[in-house]
Amino acid sequence: MNIVVLVKYIPNPEGTPEMGPDHRLKREGVEGALDPGDEHSVEAALQLAGSDGEVTLVTMGPEAAVGALRRGLSMGGHKGVHVLDDSLKGADVLVTARVLAAVVKRQAGFDLVLAGVESTDGYTGTLPMAVAELLDLPNVTFARKVEVADGTLKVERQTEAGYDEVECPLPAVVTVTAGANEPRYPTLKGIMQAKQKPMDTLSVSDLGLSAEDVKATQEVMGLEPVAAKEAGEVIEDPEEAPGRVVEFLTKAKVI
Amino acid sequence: MATTEARRAAGTGSPAALDPLDFLDVDALLSDEERMIRDATRGWVRDRILPGIEGWFDRGEFPTEVAGELGQLGLLGMHLTGYGCAGTNAVSYGLACMELEAGDSGFRSFVSVQGSLAMFPIWKFGSEEQKQEWLPRMAAGEVIGCFGLTEPDFGSDPSNMRTAARREGPDWVLNGTKMWITSGGIAGLAVVWARTDEGIRGFLVPRGTPGFSTKDIERKLSLRASVTSELVLEDCRLPEEAVLPGVTGLKGPLSCLSEARYGIVWGAMGAARSCYQTALEYAKSRVQFGKPIGGFQLTQEKLADMLVELNKGVLLALHLGRMKDEGRVRPEHVSLGKLNNVREALAIARQARTILGANGITLEYPVIRHMNNLESVLTYEGTSEIHTLILGQAITGLAAFD
Ligand SMILES: Cc1cc2nc3c(=O)[nH]c(=O)nc-3n(C[C@H](O)[C@H](O)[C@H](O)COP(=O)(O)OP(=O)(O)OC[C@H]3O[C@@H](n4cnc5c(N)ncnc54)[C@H](O)[C@@H]3O)c2cc1C
Repeated sequence: MNIVVLVKYIPNPEGTPEMGPDHRLKREGVEGALDPGDEHSVEAALQLAGSDGEVTLVTMGPEAAVGALRRGLSMGGHKGVHVLDDSLKGADVLVTARVLAAVVKRQAGFDLVLAGVESTDGYTGTLPMAVAELLDLPNVTFARKVEVADGTLKVERQTEAGYDEVECPLPAVVTVTAGANEPRYPTLKGIMQAKQKPMDTLSVSDLGLSAEDVKATQEVMGLEPVAAKEAGEVIEDPEEAPGRVVEFLTKAKVI
Repeated sequence: MATTEARRAAGTGSPAALDPLDFLDVDALLSDEERMIRDATRGWVRDRILPGIEGWFDRGEFPTEVAGELGQLGLLGMHLTGYGCAGTNAVSYGLACMELEAGDSGFRSFVSVQGSLAMFPIWKFGSEEQKQEWLPRMAAGEVIGCFGLTEPDFGSDPSNMRTAARREGPDWVLNGTKMWITSGGIAGLAVVWARTDEGIRGFLVPRGTPGFSTKDIERKLSLRASVTSELVLEDCRLPEEAVLPGVTGLKGPLSCLSEARYGIVWGAMGAARSCYQTALEYAKSRVQFGKPIGGFQLTQEKLADMLVELNKGVLLALHLGRMKDEGRVRPEHVSLGKLNNVREALAIARQARTILGANGITLEYPVIRHMNNLESVLTYEGTSEIHTLILGQAITGLAAFD
């Protein structure tokens, strides 16, 4: 199995991210790491690839984003591709998807593309579907279990009620949930071998994309903090409670 | 990376951010690989040591099951090459010691003993057969090792040790007692130093060898999450293949100690960092007389002193690590590091303890645990007095040991 994993380098996953004057996350000159969510897709890829498969990690991002690739390579990934191009600053989801799809297309003989459900910094959660669409591949989201048997992909797809069993042909794009596995720690040997593994750095023109292709069509106009949640109402009187609950539900048009 | 370095070389870098936990931006002096090794160790300590350490320390136990995990990560014998060892540089080894000891000195001690005191002599002085037989399993954490030098009557002065090995036909027969041996009771292999007609030699004594037994030391108030034992050798018969062929004389065990001490130079700063971090957070949130105690000048003086010594100690450790990687370090340099960093770590722990007030004496916070642990660290691997005498001799040319 040859698997491509889309990974993202995000600023300071444990701290509070800082916003720049352009209303975008500050990404340069801040400590960062591989998105913790992506560790699960890397782990899933390593398990599926087995001993004879190959796992290719792909990221788009500033210079520091190479850290995400290194982390994945130290976990056991085989090679990395970094799309680094000044013109990609401020890229929106569609542009990012175009770039990543172009990279995936270059990976001869890939069987599967894995990604996290959503990034821990942006939370749009739409990129993998866009990549699948651009590649004209089936897309299965929220996988809590991914298996391949006889060339068919079998996925347990997490739902609110439980899970669906989904089968689809390969190649496909699958997003992996955090519940899918326990990511391995990079070992010291893995860390030391990582720097000897092949790493490609590509520009937009290397990918055959035009300036038009990578022009963001979305613009962030402003930022508003999320309104703080109001404290809930506590009804202590058991006599009064049922009536008040019914009243509340009626008002909310639930009953 | 390249551009960051270029900016630095050109002197046009921007001022480093002020991080209370890395005030001098020592991070920038590390390679990507060194940082990744540090972060991997830190992550493991956070997930596997911190949740359990209170209980282990309280009950006085070392969870032997972590040996396999440490092996899997590659932390056992990490600075050695071949035989399943990771082969990192000395700085990476030091960084791992620092992170482990920020968890607890017991775990750093375990890793130091395994890698520097038990595996190192086999790697350095062992025969090819001995290396093949033991090192891969020790690197994997399947076999735990210990190092028996100290005796009940000979601590700082091991040259007069009593444990002796005599030849009997093709065999060696060992008699004697070793004391204060880290991991002794859980070890599958003891590296025992004994006097022979030819001088002091090292012997590989597997658990289960007739005449070899261990007894754990109870009621310790320091390094409780670590096994410390007595090794007893009573007519313990070993084949010729059990002796380490590559070294005779006290320089054998002393060279191992220099390896392990180097790790302590870093490790002590890990414990100190944990104490400082705890005290800093506490000082910012604990309110007395209507304001956070961190707002009082006396508390700030303590915190600033801790910050200064912590940063000096880490720089010293890094400096020694770079010297070691360049092959320039001497045991006397390491003595300077151990003397300073353990002394200062203990001072930091004691200061931190005062900032926490009564909370400082409970196991709820890591401070008194580190403080108690550091008392062992001050004594083992050469007491602070002995390192003072080593430095004294180095600069005066006059030995003051006896
Ligand atoms: C938790 C723990 C784990 C240990 N693990 C190991 C281990 O794995 N393997 C091992 O072999 N040993 C181990 N040790 C033993 C340790 O190395 C010794 O305790 C240490 O070398 C000191 O020896 P001692 O305790 O006999 O003290 P002593 O040598 O009796 O010293 C007592 C005091 O006298 C001072 N002193 C001694 N000589 C002089 C002098 N010439 N001038 C001035 N002052 C002097 C010392 O500095 C000290 O303050 C461990 C000890 C501890 C506490």
